[in-house]
Amino acid sequence: MKSFSYEIKDAVGIHARPAGLLVKEAKGFQSKLVLKKGDKSADLTKLMALMSLGVKCGDTVTVSAEGSDENAAITALEAFFKQNL
Amino acid sequence: MEQFTGRPIFQGIAIGPIRLYTKKEQQVKRYKITDAEAEIARFHRARETAAAELASLYEAAVRQVGEANAMIFEVHQMMLEDEDYLDSVTHIIRTQEINAEMAVATTGDNFSAMFSAMEDEYMRARAADVKDISERLIACLVNGGSASELLTEPAILAAEDLAPSETVQLDKSMLLGFVTRLGSANSHTAILARTMNLPALIGIRPDPAWNGRLAVVDGYSGTLTVDPDEEYLLQMQTRKAQDEEKRTLLQQLKGKETVTRSGRRVKLYANVGSLSDIRSAMENDAEGIGLFRSEFLYLEKKDFPTEEEQFAIYRTALENMGGKKVIIRTLDIGADKQIDYFGLEREENPALGYRAIRICLTRPDIFRTQLRALLRASVYGPLSIMFPMIISLDEVLAVKEILEEVKQELTAQDIPYAPVEIGVMIETPAAVMISEQLAAEVDFFSIGTNDLTQYTLALDRQNPKLDSFYDPHHPAVLRMIRETIANGHAHGCWVGICGELGADEELTEAFLEMGVDELSVSPPMILRLRKRIREL
Repeated sequence: MKSFSYEIKDAVGIHARPAGLLVKEAKGFQSKLVLKKGDKSADLTKLMALMSLGVKCGDTVTVSAEGSDENAAITALEAFFKQNL
Repeated sequence: MEQFTGRPIFQGIAIGPIRLYTKKEQQVKRYKITDAEAEIARFHRARETAAAELASLYEAAVRQVGEANAMIFEVHQMMLEDEDYLDSVTHIIRTQEINAEMAVATTGDNFSAMFSAMEDEYMRARAADVKDISERLIACLVNGGSASELLTEPAILAAEDLAPSETVQLDKSMLLGFVTRLGSANSHTAILARTMNLPALIGIRPDPAWNGRLAVVDGYSGTLTVDPDEEYLLQMQTRKAQDEEKRTLLQQLKGKETVTRSGRRVKLYANVGSLSDIRSAMENDAEGIGLFRSEFLYLEKKDFPTEEEQFAIYRTALENMGGKKVIIRTLDIGADKQIDYFGLEREENPALGYRAIRICLTRPDIFRTQLRALLRASVYGPLSIMFPMIISLDEVLAVKEILEEVKQELTAQDIPYAPVEIGVMIETPAAVMISEQLAAEVDFFSIGTNDLTQYTLALDRQNPKLDSFYDPHHPAVLRMIRETIANGHAHGCWVGICGELGADEELTEAFLEMGVDELSVSPPMILRLRKRIREL
């Protein structure tokens, strides 16, 4: 399993638009991708679950990947977070 | 005439008949099914239809409001593919053996309740998105597609609520503005309204009795007026026309230089009488404030405004103008503008009476407080101080002496101030006649054409009986202006015009030819005048 932590810098957090883009990105991988915020977590391929975490600016989230393409998934997602969030 | 107040979403004015928009109530009937898998298949077909509708809505929205704002319809499509949502629907169909419509309605309610319960206001607003896709699915299940009621004539739409998809589907050439009871400033509908420049209000409950009646949406004050009376309607029509003109001019002229074809530059400043006017000056791209009427500070109060109160206002004005010049005129009141606490006596002839600099020079306590506040504010931006109603050189010398004393006082107290330009209003024939001497004592002149005209022609502008005698372009007045500019320039003073004539486009060319350096006009006139000057 691979993972990284990231502090959200986008002023409105993971709102609808980036959540949608994130799900799109996540669906491209075979691995199971999970985003954790505190004690709550959501499958990165599930849009409404992801939005319902209410991730805000300043929150630290942990993204983990487990599966055949976990290395590629983590690299791509880390880049996505840095660029969009 | 009935008025209602709501929260404005977009500042603009819409005038037209009201059209009540009532959603075709999706009465979802619950019934038992026998073949769950067939029902699930029916649900998936409806989902595909809904997805196709959303895809074409997305295309339409990209064209209307751009890709970033259209994204919501892509998000809606993704919501339609959300595994949790789909699992919930199919689970309900299978376990409860009920129809897909009911399963979608239940799922939609649950998911939207989840968003409604969230802390974050933005996320709470997402409940509307879940409702929107659920209603679309139900419409597809019931009718094989969701059709929207279209506007057939230009109208202001009033509704309980508008889903983003409904906003985009509406015929924009027919939509003048809208009023809804529900919705938030963060809703996608609000964002779309702003992008499409649609005057819109939320928080007003629509009344079916309004249907077809004339209404005005004022997106500045947040008022909806149903059955406006003639006077109000006329007033709003004028403002709407000004708004439209301003928008066009802004597009063409914002940020452009005020310069004639032959390369002659003129400074285009704004006349303001309150802090909100300063906002308007900025919006209209004023290059500075040419006349800040400090009277409002006194008129709004029950007692003399303190040095601190004044300082705060002057400082805000300078800071808001962000480094552009601000010319503040010292107190200009008199018996025609009564302020109780000044205790001024009624006069037979207030225009020629105890007013402006005459009060300041005989009540130095009031004057010094204002000068101290002004000098203290001067460190926050380029400030100029201007004195009204000057008729003699002695007055200017007296003013300068007081100003010098106040500066020394501040220096002694270690209170910082910056160098300020000083100028006088030229608004009496006397000031014109001695302008050569005045110019040697000050940095600039500002010609107050309203009073100058009144005093030159001995003609009271307030008296309608005199209208036929009144010639705003009287050669005597124009000659006074010409002479003032020439005398000012001869002694190194720059010269501006801050009265109504400054905005008179028929005279712009003549003023430029006379050599005027600055025109200060009311904020809505700025861009119009810039246009005129750029054409010369």
